Amino acid sequence: MDFLRPTTWEEALAAKADQPEAMPIQGGTDVMVEINFDVHRPPALLDLGRVPELFTWEQVDGVYRVGAGVPYVRIIEELGEALPGLAQAARTVGSPQIRNRGTVGGNLGAASPAGDSHPPLLAAGAMIEVESRDRGVRMIPAHEFYVGVKKSALEPDELIRAFWTKPASGPQYFSKVGTRNAMVIAVCSFAIALHPEERRVGTGIGSAAPTPRRAPAAEEFLAAELDWDAPLDPAVVRRFEELAAQAASPIDDVRGTADYRRHAISVMARRTLTWAWNDYLRRRAA
Amino acid sequence: MTIPLRAPRDIAAPGTGRVGDSPLRPDGTLKVKGEFAYSSDLWMDGMLWGATLRSPHPRARIVSIDIAEALAHPGVHAVLTHEDVPGRKHYGLDHTWDQPVLAIGEVRHQGEPIALVAADHPETARRAMDKIRIEWEVLEPLVDARRAAFDPAYPQVQERKNPARHQPVRVGDVARAKQEAEVVVTGVYEVGIQDQAFLGPESGLAVPAEDGGVDLYVATQWMHNDLKQIAPCLGLPEEKIRMTLSGVGGAFGGREDLSMQIHAAMLALRTGRPVKMVYNRHESFFGHVHRHPAQMRYEYGATRDGKILYADVEIILDGGAYTSATLNVVGNAASLGVGPYEIPNIKIDAYGVYTNNPPCGAMRGFGAVQACFAYESMMDKLAAACGLDPVTIRQINACKQGSKLATGQVIEAPLPMAEMLQTARELPLPPPLDPTDLRNLPGGASQTTHGEGVRRGIGYGVGIKNICFSEGFDDYSTARVRLEVIGGEATALVHTAAAEVGQGLVTIEAQIARTELGVDRVVIHPADNRVGDAGSSSASRQSYMTGGAVKVACEAVRERVFELVPVRLGRTYPDLSLEGGKVVSASAGVLASIEDVLGEEVIEETREFHHHPTTGMDPVTGQGSTHTQLAMCVHRAVVDVDVELGLVKVVELAAVQDVGKVINRVSVEGQIHGGSAQGLGLAVMEEIVVTGGKVRNPSFTDYLIPTVLDMPPMRLEILENADPRAPYGLRGVGEPPTLSSTPAIVAAIRDATGLDLNRVPVRPEHITSPAAP
Ligand SMILES: Cc1cc2nc3c(=O)[nH]c(=O)nc-3n(C[C@H](O)[C@H](O)[C@H](O)COP(=O)(O)OP(=O)(O)OC[C@H]3O[C@@H](n4cnc5c(N)ncnc54)[C@H](O)[C@@H]3O)c2cc1C
Repeated sequence: MDFLRPTTWEEALAAKADQPEAMPIQGGTDVMVEINFDVHRPPALLDLGRVPELFTWEQVDGVYRVGAGVPYVRIIEELGEALPGLAQAARTVGSPQIRNRGTVGGNLGAASPAGDSHPPLLAAGAMIEVESRDRGVRMIPAHEFYVGVKKSALEPDELIRAFWTKPASGPQYFSKVGTRNAMVIAVCSFAIALHPEERRVGTGIGSAAPTPRRAPAAEEFLAAELDWDAPLDPAVVRRFEELAAQAASPIDDVRGTADYRRHAISVMARRTLTWAWNDYLRRRAA
Repeated sequence: MTIPLRAPRDIAAPGTGRVGDSPLRPDGTLKVKGEFAYSSDLWMDGMLWGATLRSPHPRARIVSIDIAEALAHPGVHAVLTHEDVPGRKHYGLDHTWDQPVLAIGEVRHQGEPIALVAADHPETARRAMDKIRIEWEVLEPLVDARRAAFDPAYPQVQERKNPARHQPVRVGDVARAKQEAEVVVTGVYEVGIQDQAFLGPESGLAVPAEDGGVDLYVATQWMHNDLKQIAPCLGLPEEKIRMTLSGVGGAFGGREDLSMQIHAAMLALRTGRPVKMVYNRHESFFGHVHRHPAQMRYEYGATRDGKILYADVEIILDGGAYTSATLNVVGNAASLGVGPYEIPNIKIDAYGVYTNNPPCGAMRGFGAVQACFAYESMMDKLAAACGLDPVTIRQINACKQGSKLATGQVIEAPLPMAEMLQTARELPLPPPLDPTDLRNLPGGASQTTHGEGVRRGIGYGVGIKNICFSEGFDDYSTARVRLEVIGGEATALVHTAAAEVGQGLVTIEAQIARTELGVDRVVIHPADNRVGDAGSSSASRQSYMTGGAVKVACEAVRERVFELVPVRLGRTYPDLSLEGGKVVSASAGVLASIEDVLGEEVIEETREFHHHPTTGMDPVTGQGSTHTQLAMCVHRAVVDVDVELGLVKVVELAAVQDVGKVINRVSVEGQIHGGSAQGLGLAVMEEIVVTGGKVRNPSFTDYLIPTVLDMPPMRLEILENADPRAPYGLRGVGEPPTLSSTPAIVAAIRDATGLDLNRVPVRPEHITSPAAP
């Protein structure tokens, strides 16, 4: 197995273009597990650990551009205020060791329906910046990025450079059900982001469909029915949780049943909307 | 003999702690620093790597095996099948000899070993393994334990016929008691398959020796019993197999059966090269037996004021394809089937069966764990039916010193069960939920609730466990102790074959030697088979048995030191002892240093220690004085349950355990913490999920064990009511808490939710939609 070690982003793109079957490795917390379990035997590993651009984040015209290699621990510590939903999700990933190494870029690369970054990225309306040597940069909206079970819109010669997302303009919440109180893969998860300036609510569902996905009908319902100047109407919450659950198409597996997942999505949808709304009203009052 | 790198060596026990102190563990600092050599760290120049081809099918006929292509793979040194087993083709515990070393013509469980490869790199071995061609005739797996127990038309899994064991217990007249009972409660309970989940995978090194034998460096629980199975299979006399215990990364029963021992030795003998084998995590789930899953039906009748009149019990334990420890698991489930309660009329039928489900055998508390979940659930049910609280119903029916168990065995040592329950009840309760820190809530940092839907519950559990081997087994232990002056200081060398599996045995061996010999410096020799049998590190027995053996060997050494006194000092004293490095006479005071009395003398004594004999269980009535010692733990669990999501946070586990005598407080506390955590795992998360005989979660991604956020702080009350027959009065500590924490936690979840919850582990969907299975 070849081990490619580019030291710049250009070198990395060139290596990926020349050898599209090379598997990128960032934190390695997915890649090494799969190699150990013999899921993959890639002919080459493309180590992104020396590409400095991937480890930085910046603000461009008010939008955050976060390098694919920024580990979860830094998302929590450095971006917790600006991207609270993602930071909450990051806090639930694995253990301290995994959060030190694991990255959102790797989570996107793996594109697992259970990846915890995805629901908050969907709810926030993030864009994924990908690039290839020969065709340049593409900006892919998060909801178009996940195309199948562990399949993303990434082309074989492309690498993920960063994700872009606006700082939260309203409350955000992430909630994840697992059968253990830490270090657990999601049985299912739910993210919510209030966008008060647009009078819109974003959603993201994890581990309850072949891909992470939004709950569009639930979002549209809130856009139409929410009174942004009043306390939450219980009837609206009830309909929202129903629509959120309907957006899921879960399966029975060793981690949980489809029925339970649907039920849990509705409970999390209700609770996260309620928390977010209470925060929103409190902030407005202050 | 060439010694491999990172093989165990003599290790000095730190500190000067005597019995009752808590000196550091000899292996502790190394383990914390990541420097301890586990069996997977062994290394020898020129060694080959072994790999095991395993069955993907739970039940299938092997029509043909073609190894030619694998053998031709570059770097491969040997490919072996059952035809290459030099001696006996089967091994097995308890003289059952029913498990093929390598599958012969058929496989009976998923993961059954079929062929072995030795290659110069582990990756080469794995790739070559993929080139072994097998033609299968796949058969419908036999996975219905109930039919295996009762349906004579159900096909047999192997030559030993179903059931593997049926053990009845009959006391009094249940039929008549059924007429008299004022209150009757029934329950159907199920326990899923729990795994030991030890972190150190099965691993070891086999080194071919010049005499045609083999040196085996392995991680096991009982070397001498391994040897009794390994030698005939290799066709070698036992003297030609030198076993050395290498670093054991946890055991919990999962290393009582052989794993890679014979396989590595076969490859080493065939290739003439050292062969190392290390299972990966996935393979480890197939490389050892698990806890028997159980299906249990209970019926209790009682008077209106809560006195139990009868128990009618059926327990079915699924052992999988081979016997392993099933016979003893059934014995425990039968003899302890109603636990520590005085019940005048009893009918218990416990069955162990063969199926094509994953093989099950020993795991911490075996047999007793499964029954305890059921009988404790029944006590709560009975309490509710009689309008009593859970503690009172247990106190009303509690055993005590002089009571009889279901087997008729009289409890001879103190057993203050009613008082222990009272203590548990009166311990202060944890403060109410503080929802401001997510980590306190069900779901933890995953933020599933800010307090909504959370209800608190409290539950109790009591367990009684047999310590040491039962049913007439003489599981003695042997210790060799040498005392000599090294570098000017009297030094004791303790040598046993007892397996340190992480429980801290080597720590207390040193404490006992210091106590009995009055010296500070103790060195522990690696455990090997150049000293006599120590029995197994299981049944919570090593402090009792090997602790006892070290004690009697030290006493023998001490006598010889006393014999030197007249030689050195020119007169005799009737009242000698060894204390603080000195030979002391009660009447004349300090006589001399131990060093001065010893001089150049090297004193070495080897002693066996036997516990008092037990009897078998009557095959018809189950009666007999079958257990060596009984030990009890009482748990009180406090849980917070998110009743809408079915998530559980155990808030506190309080335990009251009688350990007879604290030999090492830190170790005792560690055992109670660990045992309780393992019981918590069974209560709320740990299960090997099986469909059609196939394991669906053979990884730590999906086989979940408790983390620090799942296991709460514990409040411990440790009692020391001496068992007069045991060394220092001690009782085994490791298993009892594993029994009682599970039912206590489930009772607390019932208390919070009002649900029945008849199955462990309790999964979220059992709470959110209780009708679901
Ligand atoms: C013990 C443990 C616990 C875990 N718990 C969680 C959890 O709770 N939640 C969760 O979501 N995940 C969890 N994971 C999975 C994993 O940690 C995450 O998916 C993490 O985000 C992966 O990041 P990484 O940098 O380590 O990725 P890598 O392992 O380095 O890569 C993952 C994938 O992304 C690709 N890739 C990486 N970088 C790029 C790039 N720049 N461009 C294109 N492709 C790229 C790789 O080729 C690979 O396919 C856990 C893993 C372990 C081992």
